[in-house]
Amino acid sequence: MAKVLVVTSGKGGVGKTTSTAALGAALAQTGKNVVVVDFDVGLRNLDLVMGAERRVVFDLINVVQGDAKLAQALIRDKRVETLSILPASQTRDKDALTPEGVARVIEELREKFDWVICDSPAGIERGAQLAMYHADQAVVVTNPEVSSVRDSDRIIGMLDSTTERAKKGEKIDKHLLLTRYDPARAARGEMLRTEDVLEILSIPLLGIIPESEEVLRASNLGMPVTLSNPTSAPARAYFEAVRRLEGETLDVSVPTERKGLFDWLFKRSVA
Amino acid sequence: MSFLTSLFGRKSSAPVARDRLQILLAHERAGEGQSELIAKLQEEILEVIKRHITVDQDKVQIKMDRGAGVSMLEIDIEVPESAKPAAKAG
Ligand SMILES: Nc1ncnc2c1ncn2[C@@H]1O[C@H](COP(=O)(O)OP(=O)(O)O)[C@@H](O)[C@H]1O
Ligand SMILES: [Mg+2]
Repeated sequence: MAKVLVVTSGKGGVGKTTSTAALGAALAQTGKNVVVVDFDVGLRNLDLVMGAERRVVFDLINVVQGDAKLAQALIRDKRVETLSILPASQTRDKDALTPEGVARVIEELREKFDWVICDSPAGIERGAQLAMYHADQAVVVTNPEVSSVRDSDRIIGMLDSTTERAKKGEKIDKHLLLTRYDPARAARGEMLRTEDVLEILSIPLLGIIPESEEVLRASNLGMPVTLSNPTSAPARAYFEAVRRLEGETLDVSVPTERKGLFDWLFKRSVA
Repeated sequence: MSFLTSLFGRKSSAPVARDRLQILLAHERAGEGQSELIAKLQEEILEVIKRHITVDQDKVQIKMDRGAGVSMLEIDIEVPESAKPAAKAG
């Protein structure tokens, strides 16, 4: 059965789009049929991060409004054949996404794919609510920093109250993805500790993605980091995260670029 | 990690961040159901009072103040000087 996953956070710039691309690609690299859907109407970055920007003809809004068929708007990735992207439109009115239209598109995607991964816009308004409404699971992307954790807390509250599942009295599986994590700064006590973030938000940890220049390089190249450099620290963390999404139980580690004193100390301090 | 912090000679700020977040979020989470609860309390308390004294709706003030350890429910009823027992029915 298809799973609908929303990648959400409340706060902007924490790594939702990066993580949508990387998780989507990583799942597809293991042979799953995956579509990543850009709900960030008006900003439209997922196609760029995935290197599909020159192939966009129709978008989510065209499909929602019935101006294009789903098959016309889906872009098949050139590197991983089981990966597709449904881009967002850049210019149009945000209200063009109607709840009925979105419901119809998600239903259709569920029939075609194993995983439907929705990249949420920032904020807690309509756009973010539409992106999470049909989700069975959620990845809450959080940076170890006060405002990000606070926004994540609100998003978790919304996931438990305003989604379709919540309204039916069903649970939605929530996972915490800690991103842009800098082990050296954490060791110096400059960043919230993983344990503290976990205790405050109290949802299970999907993974810790280190701050890495590989992520920037990947987006420059238009490739998810799991494709541009599969053995890099962030890519390994995303691959691990995907295995957890698929139900495996693995210890969470923080992969690092170089082995050093900090890494050793850090590994011991993470639960 | 404590020897590391002293190594760097600066008190780490992360524990402060954690404590601030814990207090803030406790309030924000409580905030959701809170306004409903207070509206209900206000309504019911007023009902009880009305059985005995005639008072205006806006003369009954109810406030909730949640602290880290104790929470306070403050009820402030302004009784008019001319307060008379409400006429008993029947
Ligand atoms: N692990 C990371 N290491 C370094 N830079 C990152 C990492 N994750 C995200 N970024 C960068 O942060 C910025 C915001 O990321 P993005 O995925 O667009 O966030 P969002 O979609 O939540 O707004 C981008 O420039 C991205 O390259
Ligand atoms: Mg984004």
